Amino acid sequence: MRSGSKEERNSTDAVLTLHRHTFKHGVHPPENKDDTNGLPIRRFPFSPLIILPVVQHLGAPSKLLVKEGQEVTRGQLLAEADGYMSVPLHAPVTGKIRKIANVPTISGKMVPGIYLEASPSSTQELVEGDGIDPDTATPEEILAGVQNAGIVGLGGAAFPTHAKLKIPEGKRCDDLIINGIECEPYLTTDHRVMLEQSDDIYMGIRYLLKSTGAKRAIIGIEANKQDAADFLSARLPDDLPVSIEVVPVKYPQGAEKMLITALLGKEVPSGGLPIDVHAVVVNVATTAEIGRLLPHGRGIQERVITITGPGVNKKGNYLIPIGTPLRYVLDQVDINGRISEVYMGGPMMGVAVSNLDISIVKGTSGIVVFTDQEVSRPDRIYPCIKCGACVDACPLSLNPSKLGILAKFEAFDEMAKAYHLMDCFECGSCAYVCPSHIPLVQYFRLSKSMVRKRKAS
Amino acid sequence: MSVQTLNISTSPHLTKGLSTETIMFHVVLAMLPMVFFAIYSFGFNAALVIFTAVASCVLTEHVLCKISKKPTTIGDWSATITGILLGLTLPPIFPVWMTFLGGVIAIAMGKFLFGGLGYNAFNPALVGRAILQAAFPVAITTWYGAFQLDRFTTINSSVLAFPFTEPIVDGTTGATPLSAFKFDGITTDATELAFGVVSGSAGETSAILIILGGLYLIRRGFMNWRIPVAILVTVFVFSGLLFWIDPVKYPSPLFMLFSGGLMLGAVFMATDMVASPITSLGVVLYGVLIGALVVVIRIWGGLPEGVMYAILLGNAISPHIDRLIRYRVYGTSKVQGHE
Repeated sequence: MRSGSKEERNSTDAVLTLHRHTFKHGVHPPENKDDTNGLPIRRFPFSPLIILPVVQHLGAPSKLLVKEGQEVTRGQLLAEADGYMSVPLHAPVTGKIRKIANVPTISGKMVPGIYLEASPSSTQELVEGDGIDPDTATPEEILAGVQNAGIVGLGGAAFPTHAKLKIPEGKRCDDLIINGIECEPYLTTDHRVMLEQSDDIYMGIRYLLKSTGAKRAIIGIEANKQDAADFLSARLPDDLPVSIEVVPVKYPQGAEKMLITALLGKEVPSGGLPIDVHAVVVNVATTAEIGRLLPHGRGIQERVITITGPGVNKKGNYLIPIGTPLRYVLDQVDINGRISEVYMGGPMMGVAVSNLDISIVKGTSGIVVFTDQEVSRPDRIYPCIKCGACVDACPLSLNPSKLGILAKFEAFDEMAKAYHLMDCFECGSCAYVCPSHIPLVQYFRLSKSMVRKRKAS
Repeated sequence: MSVQTLNISTSPHLTKGLSTETIMFHVVLAMLPMVFFAIYSFGFNAALVIFTAVASCVLTEHVLCKISKKPTTIGDWSATITGILLGLTLPPIFPVWMTFLGGVIAIAMGKFLFGGLGYNAFNPALVGRAILQAAFPVAITTWYGAFQLDRFTTINSSVLAFPFTEPIVDGTTGATPLSAFKFDGITTDATELAFGVVSGSAGETSAILIILGGLYLIRRGFMNWRIPVAILVTVFVFSGLLFWIDPVKYPSPLFMLFSGGLMLGAVFMATDMVASPITSLGVVLYGVLIGALVVVIRIWGGLPEGVMYAILLGNAISPHIDRLIRYRVYGTSKVQGHE
């Protein structure tokens, strides 16, 4: 694994300015990253009340281990993983469990959760577990460590990371791809993590290489973060087979499939996973978190979040405890004007918040706030004029125009069978370019759920 | 912190900020210089023809919306475009009542019958013109010389012909360069054609202004440049080949490019987004097809001009081109549309 490292290093300098591949189509929304990409990560104050839903990941809810009234210490296990597709939950602050009850989530659903009152007098020192040494640990031990740390994809998908790292029987991983693309407009968390947590990232890569058996790692970074690429390549340890590739800015390059195509020139088969082309993709902030937590056996208690948008006065990149109520967050960053829209995640794929009483979860990568000054909704929807803009935007080369027309006729089966509806990952490029303001992604989401429902019944 | 009712919507929350209405409005803008030049070179007659065509299209659209109890769609400018295009393709001394009828047909049959904007299989203006050509073959081939001295003082009597009567041909009629070539074997200098100092339909005569309008739209990203380029290159290459074989029998490629309705058709009519294919490769094939048809009709057909029929045929074929040319879906080895 390490014998090729010298060649890798030599090629690194060349690829910093040279890219070999790109993915087809895509769009260029305004980046709007300049407000926060120069601001170092700052620690956010502890909210007096922390609200923790037990489902912050894709998969089974965590199983509660604590009772009402119990005192807990920061880093202590509050809920354990319930099965393989689940992760545990750790206390983000030292304090007292005030209530165990249903809590609101961004989807509007109430889920079981914990109301945790922070103790103002505590030093907020962390409890730690048993550390894992990347050199001596087995891949299984590393995967268990990742699961025990409660780590999920921090890019926004919140898929349990250990499940993603598990190489299925009969498959192999050649390329470990570290995703530092951050193609969503406004968001700068990955950018700051790369500029400030290089040691954690490289430590994380050691764990990931070991657990996946990959021969090399590639850190993919978009050209608007050249400083991060330069910084990481200057700090690259000699013994790591890592190359850093700078690719041209294009949305949605941060999507796994698109990034694999951009870096490796391969296409992930329809309905398949990156491992089908011998690759595993891990977000750079997730990698840094693995590198920071595993050596100490800690669990995840906080994450970096970009808080930005025209409605925010104190924009920035903040290290915020998981479970901090959104209302508290917005109070701290000084909102100007009247809030009319809040997104969790970026504006292209993020989710609009309908209730400010929800809290920060592990998958929250950004909070973008708009006031009534900036929001202009398209006043009307025109018929599709077949301009073809969506066809030339779709990174999967689907035909959103045709799919949109079929959706209106509720021809869900035809959409799925003949037009590959189920491949759509809802990046929003089609709706972004549509001059007729047709809510294509909304149509496709609905159609996909109808297809799934029909399949199930 | 003050919170009004939170707006919620599904992602994406950003749009490019373009609207169909904006695109259509800019198409109108891009055609205005041609309209002014047509009026300048052909006088009041042309002004009356173009105004009537626009008024009739917009009025028909409005009335049909009202009849079908839908909100009016005249605000999206598409009826205005149809009206201007129709007006520009008619002879400057075309009777007003016929022009009006053409506008009604263009919108009612060319657009509304199919379901309105977005559903028209053909360019509505060409549908209107095709039916006018079939109904009034004499009036629509009665041309009028450009830059007549009295063009700003008199309105030709044929323009004001009483509805449902055929006009009596009066004034000076000038053969168009294409019919002069077709029937008398006379070719016109390409420079004259480019600047529009010849006779012809009101808007067909100044290639330069048409190209400028097209460049403006292409620059703004409102027009697929592949369509006019494919058509014009095909016409140039195809007719150039024929000219090279026999320069006496066949016209020069430059004459072919700049005469008749080719420029207007290639730039403003074949580019109707609704009636043209959706993929980049598809529009190239569509353009090549139209270009080839133009040459075939002009040289071997019975008509002096073939742009209108070439585009209508291209429109008819474009859904089939879309069925034929589809992108390969990412991660698959087959094209979409096949189960």
